[in-house]
Amino acid sequence: MNFEISKEPIQIQDVIDKVVQREAGAITTFIGTVRELTAGKKTLFLIYEAYEPMAVKKLEQIGKEIEERWSGAKVAITHRIGKLEITDVAVVIAVSTPHRADAYEANRYAIERIKEIVPIWKKEHWEDGEEWIGNQLETVAYPTGKPEEKDLNE
Amino acid sequence: MNKIMFFAHLREAVGEESISIDVAGRSVAELKELLANQYQLNQLDTVMTAINEEFATNEEIIQQGDIIAFIPPVSGG
Repeated sequence: MNFEISKEPIQIQDVIDKVVQREAGAITTFIGTVRELTAGKKTLFLIYEAYEPMAVKKLEQIGKEIEERWSGAKVAITHRIGKLEITDVAVVIAVSTPHRADAYEANRYAIERIKEIVPIWKKEHWEDGEEWIGNQLETVAYPTGKPEEKDLNE
Repeated sequence: MNKIMFFAHLREAVGEESISIDVAGRSVAELKELLANQYQLNQLDTVMTAINEEFATNEEIIQQGDIIAFIPPVSGG
């Protein structure tokens, strides 16, 4: 299982081990962590929630997209859910490819896609309140009810 | 029957993780309107919809047994 949602702390090495291959000349690892300050506001902790079966499917889709775009690529992604403290690891993405440039590019692609199509939400808790992120600003609207092709390929 | 699932701020607004109603034959847009009225939701235009775990358009017609999930703009990563 290269694509997982985990309620437990992510074992980073386990994610990396899934993409080890003899054909690879590079493995890039992205580790997303919980930041304390966002726009000057102090986060106490985060709660991540997922629509788990669909989130796994969408992570698998991202893996397929990468294998189609970067030949020889192998991908593993684990996203954690539940309560996370500052500096905790929220997501680990490992990509192996024959050459290093592709490994960097494909890894960047994976995190950007996660932020577009994977049904996972975070709720930030501050000293003076809490808020689901990605909902209140309404910076992203989907008038047709689903992401447009252009939203997905940016 | 159809299972309708809510997440993040929608779950809190509705007060339920999911509800069961029969909306077979209706479009996603019609279901959104129905729920917006019933639960006084005003942000459904920014919400994506999944039918059986795949993104669906507002025009899509819901079938008997379909599981519908409303997906607010995501914030994973």
